[in-house]
Amino acid sequence: MKKQGSDSNPVPVLPVLPEPLKDLKIKYTKIFINNEWHNSVSGKKFEVFNPANEEKICEIEEGDKLCVFITADVDKAVKAARRAFELGSPWRTMDASERGRLLNKLADLVERDRLILATMEAIDGGKLFSTAYLMDLGACIKTLRYCAGWADKIHGRTVPMDGNFFTFTRHEPIGVCGQIIPWNFPLVMFIWKIAPALYMGSLIKEAGFPPGVVNIVPGFGPTAGAAISHHMDIDKVAFTGSTEVGKLIKEAAGKSNLKRVTLELGGKSPNIIFADADLDTAVEFAHIGLFYHQGQCCIAGSRIFVEEPIYDEFVRRSIERAKKYTLGDPLLPGVQQGPQRKTEICLAYVVFPGELGGEGERLASSSKTSVICFSQTTKIDKEQFQKILELIESGKKDGAKLECGGGPWGDKGYFIQPTVFSNVTDDMRIAKEEIFGPVQQIMKFKTVDEVIKRANNTSYGLAAAVFTKDIDKALTFAAALQAGTVWVNCYSAMSAQCPFGGFKMSGNGREMRQLLQLFKRHPAVV
Amino acid sequence: MAGGKRGGCPDAAGGVTIWVGGVPLREAVTTQAGVPIFINNEWHDAVSKKTFPTINPATGEVICQVAEGDKADVDKAVKAARAAFQLGSPWRRMDASHRGKLLNRLADLIERDRAYLAALETLDNGKPYSVSYLVDLDMVVKCLRYFAGWADKFHGKTIPLDGDFFCYTRHEPVGVCGQIIPWNFPLLMQAWKLGPALATGNVVVMKVAEQTPLSALYIANLIKEAGFPPGVVNIIPGYGPTAGAAISSHMDVDKVAFTGSTEVGHLIQKAAAESNLKRVTLELGGKSPNIIMSDADMDWAVDQAHFALFFNQGQCCCAGSRTYVQEDIYHEFVERSVEKAKSRVVGNPFDSKTEQGPQVDEEQYKKILGYISAGKREGAKLLCGGSPAADRGYFIQPTVFGEVQDNMTIAREEIFGPVMQILKFKTIEEVIERANDSKYGLAAAVFTKDLDKANYVSQALRAGTVWVNCYDVFGAQAPFGGYKASGNGRELGEYGLEAYVEVKNVTIKIPQKNS
Repeated sequence: MKKQGSDSNPVPVLPVLPEPLKDLKIKYTKIFINNEWHNSVSGKKFEVFNPANEEKICEIEEGDKLCVFITADVDKAVKAARRAFELGSPWRTMDASERGRLLNKLADLVERDRLILATMEAIDGGKLFSTAYLMDLGACIKTLRYCAGWADKIHGRTVPMDGNFFTFTRHEPIGVCGQIIPWNFPLVMFIWKIAPALYMGSLIKEAGFPPGVVNIVPGFGPTAGAAISHHMDIDKVAFTGSTEVGKLIKEAAGKSNLKRVTLELGGKSPNIIFADADLDTAVEFAHIGLFYHQGQCCIAGSRIFVEEPIYDEFVRRSIERAKKYTLGDPLLPGVQQGPQRKTEICLAYVVFPGELGGEGERLASSSKTSVICFSQTTKIDKEQFQKILELIESGKKDGAKLECGGGPWGDKGYFIQPTVFSNVTDDMRIAKEEIFGPVQQIMKFKTVDEVIKRANNTSYGLAAAVFTKDIDKALTFAAALQAGTVWVNCYSAMSAQCPFGGFKMSGNGREMRQLLQLFKRHPAVV
Repeated sequence: MAGGKRGGCPDAAGGVTIWVGGVPLREAVTTQAGVPIFINNEWHDAVSKKTFPTINPATGEVICQVAEGDKADVDKAVKAARAAFQLGSPWRRMDASHRGKLLNRLADLIERDRAYLAALETLDNGKPYSVSYLVDLDMVVKCLRYFAGWADKFHGKTIPLDGDFFCYTRHEPVGVCGQIIPWNFPLLMQAWKLGPALATGNVVVMKVAEQTPLSALYIANLIKEAGFPPGVVNIIPGYGPTAGAAISSHMDVDKVAFTGSTEVGHLIQKAAAESNLKRVTLELGGKSPNIIMSDADMDWAVDQAHFALFFNQGQCCCAGSRTYVQEDIYHEFVERSVEKAKSRVVGNPFDSKTEQGPQVDEEQYKKILGYISAGKREGAKLLCGGSPAADRGYFIQPTVFGEVQDNMTIAREEIFGPVMQILKFKTIEEVIERANDSKYGLAAAVFTKDLDKANYVSQALRAGTVWVNCYDVFGAQAPFGGYKASGNGRELGEYGLEAYVEVKNVTIKIPQKNS
């Protein structure tokens, strides 16, 4: 049995990493509606800063509210989307395979402009350029291609109904979908930070999507985001972000028009390491599972349960690994950790037509939808940065052992040292709350039953992992853990083909491949 | 193209170059014994060094020589395919999404070379260039793109098996797939076969029809250019009794898919049974009923019935070759159909006004003229056509027979030519019984404005496809295949993938089951 990566490996090789663009001009700073660029109705703008050096990047038109819960810009976008969704419109009468072709075209364009988009991500999002270029853009392109393929493959059914009837189901698009997206993986979620999100608008137009199908309105959560979730003419809202805001969105949907809601929210995901696991692999995955993207992943493996016999060795190696990090400007080669991003109302707002599922899928299946995509305003504040430092303090106070890191790094920008805590117990705040930063918690356990109970004892249920060579343990945990994704001997393995989403308060619905649950039946009588 | 070798083909598109292993035939033909065989992403002469001529059916002249593959070449190709399918091979380890990407790339390359391919198809097959370009090539590209999308979406299942077990299925490629394709839609039939086979990770040994080998061999170039690993697709031009039989009776071929006549379908199923019980899918002949109720839109029905029969020179397995017309509109329908047939433009397939080119070869041409004589002899009324349409080439006049009875040869056998049979019926029950009274069951159609009739007839007809108020509507998304002696299995759509996977059930003992 050969390992992947050996000899003539057919697994697609990652492209060679180019230099980030110097002197990147942000070309698109306005609101994207109907395949055109608009100023905000209120005339307001907001500033976007580079989190690595706190310098202003550009000013963006702000989609704002004029009166309670109604954003004029959102309204404009919804009207455009609704028009694009009318019976007989180009989008509604388009062949499903043609929708797929457009999505493939969009993927081609993203591939063409990969360097521009990756540089924007790095500047605007504080994400490592190499990560943005190789991982985020790679996943973004693959997701679009994957969803392109579904466009003409989401089948209705014919149903052998009792009696003299002929029954069939049609899978129809939901309609105007509001999509509110976060700031942590803008590209992957199609969400991009603002600048890339708006740039995406230009590509959507270039690919040939009809006007009004995708609309992108930058704005802040409490105004533009609330306007979407309260809007009476939006049929569905999809949100990725914090559990706190997820609750507000569901409430708003309930108070307004009972729009369909899908939520992909926070997590405090357990990562369970048994003594029989391959220790090198486990240490590495546990490390990446937490520190990837400065710890700003909803799936971060932020509760690491290690079996007693290997606990000390595991902690020792984890510290060693964390200390190897190079912090700095995310555009520089060799840098492994960039600055923290801003606070959690972080949202970008997207209205897609569509479906449950990843953006692409929404487009594909809902085919007909119009998408309004609101990108968050990334006004940098120190909130997220300070929240992380405050949680680190609470860890020390609650009696966890700070093994390394624990403070800010550098004198400019929002950097935090890679931090490892050992001797963490379940009742500490750092073991219960989502930190969303480079802070690793390592706990000890003795028995299978105990660790299952402890792992599940949380209001979250997004992801989980178990490391073991024992097939019985692996399958037991795959079934017992209350989480939307369980990884066995790996972490963060995600791809467009696999569903993703949360149990419990980590969300409702699954992104990617969660196909239409909504059918309409049209019985015809013989 | 080598001077003289063009055979004076009526080539209004101006110079179709035949390519041999990436070199235009003009240069290659002097050094090689004809267009070669494609094995392991390389070009080979036939082991026997034999060649055969491929003919331009518009003139009856030789286009060029082509390597004649037989058993020895099939053996070579199967070995190459088997090697490409070894565990751990680049093809077996490739991400499913990457297989999809390669198929999309192949579609891109075909799109790039669309005009050339369409011209080559017309030169070798005789179908009008406008049809090759607009219909055949369009469907080829769409078919490949459709199956590209399936590559990473054809899911196995996890199954709630009773007891303390964990059970799941894997959809695994069948392995070495023999694919034998016909001459009526050479490129499209190749795409129908390659799309699902490659999307699901199989390897292919394809035999292309001796009448029309050129376009498929050009595609071989593009398969290599797209980046498919060596041995994944192997393409052999040759004859049925030699190369085709070698595939269907091969002990190391896991599956055979055949499109062609019912007669040969019998031979293939038998060869599979007598060798290694390889999986067999067949897409065979038809004598498809097209039922016109008196409440139908007359203009549309006449138009569609004409298209259903005459499209592609009548060389469609699903041709609507039994047109049943309800009594009260029979005379008017016949009159209009004759008028329409008479106005059909037959001629040089490279002329943009041409609707009908020559039949594919002399054998088909003679067979069709024989059926026309049988029709006259058995008492059907010849209303128009009935004769050759040119001094040279295999052109036949659009022919319409009225007053055809169910027991006549032309009402029972597949003619595969531009010969339309119109029959009369009175009641819906009667026509259903007559329509189903055939050994075939490939396609059928009904024209009516009445919802109840449409539903009733579409349930009652024993055919793999029923069109309502339309005919010959194909898309990569919708399955196609036959009832009865019209075949086994389905092509296209999600159903089309089933023939190309083995379903493996994996069951694992676990300590304790929980829902």
